[in-house]
Amino acid sequence: MEPTIECVDVVAVMGGFPVLAGASLRADAGEILLLQGPNGAGKTSLLRVVAGLLPVHRGEARVMGIDLVAEPRRARTHVGMLGHANGLYGDLTVTENVGFWGSTVGATAAEIEAAISRMGLAERLADVPARKLSAGQKRRTALACLIARRAGVWLLDEPHSGLDAVGRDELDAVLRQAAAAGATIVISSHELDRGTKLADRVLTVRGGMCL
Amino acid sequence: MLGVLAIIATAWLVAFGLGFSPADRDQEESVRILYVHVPTIWVAYVAFILTAVASGTYLFSKKHSLGFDRFAGASAELGVLFVGLTLIVGALWGRLTWGVFWQWDARLTTTALLFVTYIGYLAVRRLGGDPHQRARRSAVMGLLSVLLIPLVHWSVRLWRSLHQDATVLRPDGQVKMDGLMLFSLFVGVVAFSLIYAWLVIHRTRVLWMEDHESEYGLEAAVEQRRAEALETPSSNSTGGKTDG
Amino acid sequence: MKRSRIAWAIASKDLRIELRSRIVANQILPFAAVIMVLFAFALDSDSVLQRVAPGLVWMATLFSMIVLVQRSYAIETEDGAFDLLRLSGLDPIGVFWGKTLALVVQLLLLEILLVATAILLYNTTVSGAWIGGIGFLGSGWVLLVTTLITATFGLAAVGTLYGGLAAGFSGRETLLPLLVLPVVSPVVIGATRAMESAFGTAGAVVSEGWSWTGLLLVFAVAFGVGGSLAYGPLIEE
Repeated sequence: MEPTIECVDVVAVMGGFPVLAGASLRADAGEILLLQGPNGAGKTSLLRVVAGLLPVHRGEARVMGIDLVAEPRRARTHVGMLGHANGLYGDLTVTENVGFWGSTVGATAAEIEAAISRMGLAERLADVPARKLSAGQKRRTALACLIARRAGVWLLDEPHSGLDAVGRDELDAVLRQAAAAGATIVISSHELDRGTKLADRVLTVRGGMCL
Repeated sequence: MLGVLAIIATAWLVAFGLGFSPADRDQEESVRILYVHVPTIWVAYVAFILTAVASGTYLFSKKHSLGFDRFAGASAELGVLFVGLTLIVGALWGRLTWGVFWQWDARLTTTALLFVTYIGYLAVRRLGGDPHQRARRSAVMGLLSVLLIPLVHWSVRLWRSLHQDATVLRPDGQVKMDGLMLFSLFVGVVAFSLIYAWLVIHRTRVLWMEDHESEYGLEAAVEQRRAEALETPSSNSTGGKTDG
Repeated sequence: MKRSRIAWAIASKDLRIELRSRIVANQILPFAAVIMVLFAFALDSDSVLQRVAPGLVWMATLFSMIVLVQRSYAIETEDGAFDLLRLSGLDPIGVFWGKTLALVVQLLLLEILLVATAILLYNTTVSGAWIGGIGFLGSGWVLLVTTLITATFGLAAVGTLYGGLAAGFSGRETLLPLLVLPVVSPVVIGATRAMESAFGTAGAVVSEGWSWTGLLLVFAVAFGVGGSLAYGPLIEE
């Protein structure tokens, strides 16, 4: 099967500094991949390259077999990246946030409802403005938006940071479910314990390379 | 070489503009200002048009060569410089001839707006980012800015023509010019074109060096970064194991 | 069609947020009204105010428009939604028109308020009967409405385009007025002259105003098309 993410010898530069110095990575549908390594190793940069936020200076990068350099826009439709920001509109409710992203790709109301309930946000939370949600609920709403806009590749930069124990467990549960449903999930974490419990595979990033 | 030519032409312009050419009957000595005023705006328009051409070439060519982007930037910088000169010199001339520094004349107003528009263009160039991101963004801005020139000119002209109450203004065409004056103006155009060409080449070169300075360091930095990736585990974890 | 669906989704989302947060209603519209009052203090003469009312309306519109555009992108950058918007492979022409249409609605509201303020505070009047009387095109009201709509589309397109560029760089919001104000100068000239005709300021007649709406229309089309093409390259980095 073709890998959903494939990076070969990617060099990426920020402000004259090579944040990636020839990183290679592949990930398949349905797997949870953990990028682990010290701060400044290039974990976030690698995610940013796949998300299209950081240009590929040298090397190859493909998402769903689509070249990131040649057809960035088509590749990006499959990718969703979440950093410390969730990309939610604070004045809109959970349903409206998810519905907005769904409507950009023409998702049906049933699809949007399914996305919300899959992230465990149905019932009383659906009509709460995003501003009033807890950190974990916001994170899961953001993931529901990814489902609604049919992005199959999830890049999550330190997804557990800022969540309490309950929030972390809930997040892990929905991530496992999403992977089982066929999403490719790459998460970065400097907390090895947390990540390894969740991940199918661990990749160490150091000095701008994947070891 | 070009620099020497530019200096010679400038000396030539000084000799003709200040020495050989006669004073005007109406404007007297102040007519000499026009030998700077007219060539600078002429060169500035050429500079902005070249910026647009280079922007378009960068955007629509297959290679997306950064050289065009650097040239567009250098040319726009000089264009802004020359428009600035035109405006200052023009205001001085206006004070001597019309008695005021500024007239809301169509041509003056368009020039002033052009000046501000390209200051904006240069500000966008300085937003930073990857050279290709900068180039694409600047090229789009460069094309939008030339789109604006005819729109602004048209609107300002329409505005002035409907408002005939402004002081009657002598269009430049009515200035009586004798042969020597016309020749001095021609010398001015040559001199400022040479100055532009000389400066734009060197500015483009400096921009090229700025872009490549980071490129040269990059190879070494990539190697260093790779070494860092491969060394750290052997000295820490693996090294620790063999010792123990 | 996919493009219009994206535009519609974004426009309705922006307007819904404004309806709920009421920032525009509670802060930006009052700001515009305050500008109009301050103009009256500064100029301090009924006849001068009446003479320059159209210009003041458009100056107040421009200042408030800068704030509106910044607000329009503040809702996107508040929690990083703008990164998702520009990097989700959405058709940028759809995004551009979505943001533009939401701005058009808000700007029109603002302009109606400003015209009402000018009529109330500056003692200006719109020449001609509502419709009819001197004929359809002879009515100052018809000219006024046409002017507002054509000018607004041009302003909103420019605001969306350069607002998106500035929003991509946090801390560079100060770039917005420098980029927008010189560009919209044709709109200021055209819309002010057309409004002078509609108000009958200093003896201007309605028929003169129609040639200015032509300029406004050309501007709106130029930046509608130019903005559609330029928006993608400017925001997708």
